[in-house]
Amino acid sequence: MDTVVRGPGSGGGPGVADDRWRPIEAGVLSLRRLLLVCWLGPLALVGAVLPPLLGAPLWALLALPVLAAGGWGWWALARNWRSWRYLERDDDLLISRGVLWQQLTVVPYGRMQLVEVTSGPLERRFGLARLQLHTAAAATDAAIPGLAPAEAERLRDRLTELGEARSAGL
Amino acid sequence: MNGPGDQPPDAPDAPDAPAENGAEIPVGQGKRLHPLTPWRRAWAPLAGLFAVALQNAAEVRDQAEGAGLGWLLLGVAVLVLGATAYGYLSWRVTRYLVTDTELRIRTGLLFRRTAHLRLDRIQAIDISRPLLARAFGVAKLKMDVVGSGSADELAFLAEREATELRAELLARAAGIAPEAASSAGEAPARELHQVDARMLGWSLALLGSGWGALLGALLVTPLIWLATDSVLPALAVLLPLLAAIWRGSLGAFLTQYGWTVSESPDGLRLDHGLLQRDHATVPPGRVQAVKIVEPLLWRPRGWLRVQLDVAGEGNVGGLLLPVATRETVRALLGRILPEVDLDQTLGAVNPAPRRARWAVPVWRVGYGHGVTDAVFVARRGRLRRTHILVPHAKVQSVRLTQGPWERRLRLASIHVDQGAGGTATARLQDATYATDEVARQAERSRLGRRTAAPDRWLTARPAGGAG
Repeated sequence: MDTVVRGPGSGGGPGVADDRWRPIEAGVLSLRRLLLVCWLGPLALVGAVLPPLLGAPLWALLALPVLAAGGWGWWALARNWRSWRYLERDDDLLISRGVLWQQLTVVPYGRMQLVEVTSGPLERRFGLARLQLHTAAAATDAAIPGLAPAEAERLRDRLTELGEARSAGL
Repeated sequence: MNGPGDQPPDAPDAPDAPAENGAEIPVGQGKRLHPLTPWRRAWAPLAGLFAVALQNAAEVRDQAEGAGLGWLLLGVAVLVLGATAYGYLSWRVTRYLVTDTELRIRTGLLFRRTAHLRLDRIQAIDISRPLLARAFGVAKLKMDVVGSGSADELAFLAEREATELRAELLARAAGIAPEAASSAGEAPARELHQVDARMLGWSLALLGSGWGALLGALLVTPLIWLATDSVLPALAVLLPLLAAIWRGSLGAFLTQYGWTVSESPDGLRLDHGLLQRDHATVPPGRVQAVKIVEPLLWRPRGWLRVQLDVAGEGNVGGLLLPVATRETVRALLGRILPEVDLDQTLGAVNPAPRRARWAVPVWRVGYGHGVTDAVFVARRGRLRRTHILVPHAKVQSVRLTQGPWERRLRLASIHVDQGAGGTATARLQDATYATDEVARQAERSRLGRRTAAPDRWLTARPAGGAG
C-alpha cells in the first residue's frame, strides 16, 4: 500500500512550502524499473532454472529472495521517484529528494558556474534529459534527472540567463 | 614538430617561428630561467642510472670485465652528454613572459606547451627554497590559478628575480596599473606576528597524534615481532608509524619553525621553515573558509591553530598559524575577515539539542552551530574542537540532509558548501530550525555576495588603507 503519496509541495520531510514545486517525469520511473527488471530478471531466472537442472531442486528457492528484492525495488523506486521535485525561486533553485535519507539542496543562481544537460541513449528513448548544476564547490551535487528535453532546455537557458545576471566572483 | 637534432627549436630566426608563436611569446621576448636549471633536469636520469647500476652491481662488474672498462666509461659519458644536452636544450626553449593580463610559460622540447595563466585568476604565488637551491641562491615560483588545478611553477629563478617577479605578478593581479606594476617592486611588508619557537615546540609536544603514533610503535611492533618471529612484518608496521611520528614532531617543527605572518598590500605573507624556507602569500579576498582548531591539551593554555581554505591549491595544509594565543588570533582574524570578531563568533555557537545524544552519544557535545552577521559557524569534535567559519559571501550552495534515525529524533544536518571544495556541516540540529535556517542561509549568502568586496582587493581600498 502506498501511503506516502504526496503531491508536489506537500512534502513530509525537509522542504519549503510552496505550490510551485515541480515533479520529475514519470518516464524516469519506467526507465529505472526497466533497469531493475533487466538486472534482477535474469538472476531470478538462473536461480530458478539452474538448480533443478543440476539435480538440486530445493535450491531453486534461492530465486525467491531475488524476486522479493525485485518487488521491494519496484515499490521503492516509485517512492523515490515521487520524492524528487524542484522549485525555481526568484534567486535560487531548490532540489528536494530522498525518502529515507532526505536531502534539500539550495543553489543560488549567482553561484552557478555551469549548467549541463545530458541525455543518454536509453534516456532519449524514454524522452528524458538530465540537468546538472556545477558551482565552484565540488560538494554541491545538484542534479535533476528525468526532465522532458524541452523543459530541460528551458531550465538551462533560464538558469544561465539568471546566473549571468546575478553572477558574483569567488 | 621540429626535431631537436637539426636545429635549436627556439632559434629566433626559424622562419615559421613568428607565425607559430605570434600569439604566445613573440620572438625575442620573454625571459629564461636561471642557468642552473638544466642541472636539475640532467641530475634525474643520472641518478636513475646510478641506482640501476647499484642494484645490479655484480652484473655491471661482469660486464665491465667482459667488455672492458673503456666501453662502460664511454657509455656513461654519452649518457651524461645526452642528459646535459637535453637539459640545456629544454632550458633554452623554456621561456616566460608577463603581459598585461597573462603570464605565459612556454615549455617542452618535443611537445611544446604554452601555459597562459590569467593574472586576475591567480590565487596565490609561493616562493619555495629547497635546501640545495638555497645554497645556490635560486628559488622556485609556484602559481595557484583557479580552474587549472595543478600548480604551475617556474623553477628555478635567481632569488632576487623570483621576488621581483612575484611582486610584479601580485601587483598586477591586485589591480595596480600595469605601467606602475613593474616599478612598484616588492610591496612593503609589515610583520604582524612571529610564532615563538618555544611555544611551537610545546604545542607540538601537547598534540596527541604524535604520542599516539609513538605508543603504537612501542606496543605494536614488538607484539608483531613476537607473533610472527620475523623482522620484516614488524618493520613494515614500524616504518609508516615512524613517518607519522616524524611528521607530527620534528618534521612539523622544522617546517613550522620561525613562522612569520606579515601584512603587505597584496595579502598576508607567510614565511616559515628552518632548513627549507617557504614563502606564501594569501590574498585575503580569496579566503573561502577559516578553520579554528583547539586540541584538548591546548585549551587550558588558550592556544589555537588557524587554517585557511583558499580557492585553488592553497599553501601547505592551508595553515595560517600553527599555534597562537587567542589575542593573536583575534587580531589576525580581523585582517582576513574584517567584520568577524573571534569571541562574538565563537560565542554565537549553540550546542546540538540534548536529544541528539541518542544519535551520537558522547560526541554530541562537540556539535554546534551558530550564525553571525558575517559568517556561518559550524563546530565539531570533542577532543579536537574545530570551528569552521564560512563567510556568507563565499557560500556556494546550502544543503539539508536528514536520515531515518535523525527524522525520528526530529533532527537534521545543515551543509554549507564553499568554493575551496570544502563543506561546513552543522550536524544534529533541530529539524524545523534547520529547515528555516537553510532558507535563511540562502538569503544571507545572496545578500552577502552583493555587499562583498570585489576580488581586486587593492583597488577596492584607498591607498594606505591596509595599514
